[in-house]
Amino acid sequence: MTKSSSRFGAFGGRFVPETLMNAVLELEQGFESILNDPTFEKEMRDLLVNYSGRPTPLTFAKRLTEFAGGAEIYLKREDLNHTGAHKINNTIGQALLAKKMGKRKLIAETGAGQHGVASATIAALLGMECKVYMGEEDVRRQAQNVFRMELLGAEVVPVTSGSRTLKDATNEAMRAWVAAVEDSFYLIGSAVGPHPYPQMVKYFQRVIGDEARAQMIEQTGSLPTDVVACVGGGSNAIGMFTAFVEDSAVKIHGVEAAGKGLDTNEHAASLSLGRPGVLHGSFSYILHDENGQIIPAHSISAGLDYPGVGPEHAHLKEIGRVRYTAVTDEQAMEAVKLLCRLEGIIPAIESAHALSEAVRLASQGSVAEKILVCLSGRGDKDMGTIREYFQGESE
Amino acid sequence: MSRLANAFQTNQTNLIPYLVAGYPSVEATIDLIHLLAEEGVTAIELGVPFSDPVADGPIIQLAAEKALSNGITLSDVFAIAQTVRDQGNTIPLILFSYYNPLLSYGLEKVAIDAEKAGFSGFIVPDLPYEESDLLRTQLEQVSLDLIPLVAPTSEERVAKIAATAKGFVYCVSSLGTTGVRQSFASNLDSFLQQVRSSSRVPIAVGFGVSTASQVQELRTKADGVIVGSALVKQVTEMEQALCKEDEKQVALNTIRGFVKKLLS
Repeated sequence: MTKSSSRFGAFGGRFVPETLMNAVLELEQGFESILNDPTFEKEMRDLLVNYSGRPTPLTFAKRLTEFAGGAEIYLKREDLNHTGAHKINNTIGQALLAKKMGKRKLIAETGAGQHGVASATIAALLGMECKVYMGEEDVRRQAQNVFRMELLGAEVVPVTSGSRTLKDATNEAMRAWVAAVEDSFYLIGSAVGPHPYPQMVKYFQRVIGDEARAQMIEQTGSLPTDVVACVGGGSNAIGMFTAFVEDSAVKIHGVEAAGKGLDTNEHAASLSLGRPGVLHGSFSYILHDENGQIIPAHSISAGLDYPGVGPEHAHLKEIGRVRYTAVTDEQAMEAVKLLCRLEGIIPAIESAHALSEAVRLASQGSVAEKILVCLSGRGDKDMGTIREYFQGESE
Repeated sequence: MSRLANAFQTNQTNLIPYLVAGYPSVEATIDLIHLLAEEGVTAIELGVPFSDPVADGPIIQLAAEKALSNGITLSDVFAIAQTVRDQGNTIPLILFSYYNPLLSYGLEKVAIDAEKAGFSGFIVPDLPYEESDLLRTQLEQVSLDLIPLVAPTSEERVAKIAATAKGFVYCVSSLGTTGVRQSFASNLDSFLQQVRSSSRVPIAVGFGVSTASQVQELRTKADGVIVGSALVKQVTEMEQALCKEDEKQVALNTIRGFVKKLLS
């Protein structure tokens, strides 16, 4: 009998073609074998510390706090990781596991390209082959990241099916895995997919919250009153939240992308506006019509532009432990500007969704309260989008 | 005996073609079902178009996309089946659907409505054995078969999957998605023998079967041969003509020629 549960309450499971079942079971065994393996732990720690630069700092955002005029705001600086986001935590863990399982070929999907870059990076470091599936539309929008992945030695495969974005790239990566299941490892970039992926991605990302919790206590003497993270698939969020779920006094907020508004059809708020269903191997909240056809998501941030969410978030919503809310493109872009001007930090647009909500909470809070925000990535990758957005606004 | 089991016993063609329901139109699908029944196929799989068909290759993906853009829903697929039944056609029909459209429809309701519309069984490509209890229970209530898939990678899973199989066991010929391909898994023969020895129901093989010689070869090794993408490709080539009253007959004849060739 296996140790890790395939369900989070009613959510999760593994809804994959039979061809993949043994691979998924083998992966589960592989994952469980590293849980108490000091050699693996040591190898992973070494890369997290000496390669990616962990622990990442906790920064008190003094001027942003003054601007909000209420609670203190603290930033967990995942943007300072190698490759610029929390994504590397997970790719280090999964690629080391792939190596341990004797698989030398990595398959990955990517939206904006951050997970693709992190996968290509770790593949180069460990001397593995890497094929990244990316929607044709994203290939066009993120030409620079495509070049980065290729420079790192990965092959980028443009996906021309469906809406040609992350959802379709994930479909194609799964198809590629079905075809090459015997020698390939599918490195999923978020806390989604069939069991054991959501458990495994949480395990590799929980370092974010574990560090931040200790840093809050060390730097401020107590736990935060609120913890905030953005939620697309939800990997930085689950990585941050896990350390605080048992701290019942800590309020936890997950921030989805409201895109052009929750009253429009263009958003990516699976938890706020979706309903349970099966997408990409697990039962969770998804965006689909009354016939069960998946509805393409919209967000200005490619990393949140996904019509599903990790099953553990569905469970945390269902039991009421986490409050899920949503922030529009416009509010997120406003937060990008704020952090640039007040703190000298250019955030990823994904992370700016969490920042926007944090500023709103801080402005309503008292000075005794402390809000911890996961700054999941830096905005270098978003220069094109940011420039286009503000140019459009000034015209 | 279920309609499906009976079909395997009495039908000698051993062919199970697959159609994307509602592609290129509801009317064309009905015409194609009649055509296939006339040619004496064992059963027909009717594919419910889905936005994210991870088990399918490009030919079926594209056909499903077009069916969806025509607004085809599960209710339309039931209506198609009902229509051919009302027209006196008794060919066994199998509903091929990804899980999410079934969940959205409601598992209890989908079982009842499928039975009413005249379906004999379900194939759900993204519902592995471990997740299949809920649907199986509902289908059992209305005596419909949940037809499981087994793959060359299933190995020790084959025995337990085959043991609970109803209707037939769908053997996936090779790794990868549906589509036209030149060769099958190198261990196909031993894989089919393994399935055969664990199964009390007929076994059928599919994925990548596209030529008459492949059909001939596989018929000797399995009780049924499923032809999907290769047939859908024929339909795609006749897409326009199938929807025009004055060109329809020529298009259907071309497709009939293809089916006859498969059966030759």
